[in-house]
Amino acid sequence: MSKKEWPLWEVFIRSKQGLSHKHAGSLRAADAEMAINNARDVYTRRSEGVSIWVVESDKVTASDPSEAGPLFEPSNSKAYRHPTFYEVPEGVKHM
Amino acid sequence: MKEQNIEELERQFQEKIDNEIKIEPKDWMPDAYRETLIRQISQHAHSEIVGQLPEGNWVTRAPNLRRKAVLLAKIQDEAGHGLYLYSAVETLGADREETIDDLHSGKAKYSSIFNYPSLTWADMGMIGWLVDGAAIMNQVPLCRCSYGPYARAMVRVCKEESFHQRQGYEIVAKLANGTPEQKEMAQESLNRWWWPALMMFGPSDADSKHTEQSMKWKIKRHTNDELRQMFVDVTVPQAEHIGLKVPDNDLKFNEETGHYDFGEINWDEFWQVVKGYGPCNKERVDARRKAKEEGMWIREAANAYAEKRAKRNKKAS
Repeated sequence: MSKKEWPLWEVFIRSKQGLSHKHAGSLRAADAEMAINNARDVYTRRSEGVSIWVVESDKVTASDPSEAGPLFEPSNSKAYRHPTFYEVPEGVKHM
Repeated sequence: MKEQNIEELERQFQEKIDNEIKIEPKDWMPDAYRETLIRQISQHAHSEIVGQLPEGNWVTRAPNLRRKAVLLAKIQDEAGHGLYLYSAVETLGADREETIDDLHSGKAKYSSIFNYPSLTWADMGMIGWLVDGAAIMNQVPLCRCSYGPYARAMVRVCKEESFHQRQGYEIVAKLANGTPEQKEMAQESLNRWWWPALMMFGPSDADSKHTEQSMKWKIKRHTNDELRQMFVDVTVPQAEHIGLKVPDNDLKFNEETGHYDFGEINWDEFWQVVKGYGPCNKERVDARRKAKEEGMWIREAANAYAEKRAKRNKKAS
């Protein structure tokens, strides 16, 4: 019989219809079905959710925090992507 | 990594902390920061898990169905809190099973309060009111801890913990307003739990070796003595409100400072219990060790079942 540890899962919860799933935390479980059941017990004991996603943690690819500067730099210099960049004459409405 | 690089990284790290920017799992952090957090969060996790034991003692003897359902819900919460915290420890690269084994070998500590026995039903009330009350005092500032996963776990824990404290106070208040025997039971329980509850905040600032560095890293936001004073200030009026007497003859409201002055804590007792010589240290760790050893077949069976199901699903597709 295998002695291996249960894998780690990331848990995402939709708190109500109309909202997206949001990361709630993680837990260990032998498989996906058990991960859903455990997530129900651990993260929705007070009606915090209407839907659960679980993803095995090692299936998540993350950006490297030490590369965050160059990765996100291109958007920092483009203020013209924001509406506040533009001048609208005084008195113009509904814009 | 070159030495000046580490110095520069440490400077940038402290700058982030000073600017209230949270540290996240994959960010660079000094080894000592990581080790401090692993020690503190795993101890915190162990405390949640061991904390289930004194309460488990009373599940079958709860006075009615309402109290029993509440007690079960509270114990289940404690298991959840332990799990959030073990998950936070794992984000630091610590192995969950190793941290649990450290508890079982006696290498890792947990809150000493759980080394005291729960002898009467009033103790269930006292644990919720005083022990969870002290825990909340500790945990609210931890919601702003510099390490993101720990802070987020604390937000969830604090939300759930406030029910624990209120249900405890309700039990105590009910007894205090009951028959003379019931009131006596509540008072006797307060007499036993008051001082250990004050000890939950740890050694006095002068003897606390981790406080200064932890404050600089914003893991801690208040010193042990500050938190202890806050706890005394809010709890004494709660005791008076239901006609119970706090067992401290030196306790007196100080008009000048606006705080209660209170008597000296028995630090010999504190260190004795920390070192493993409290009334229940052995019983608690034995119970945890037994739970792991005797429950191991469940983990193995779940693995075997998961493998079998995966195979079957593969065949079907």
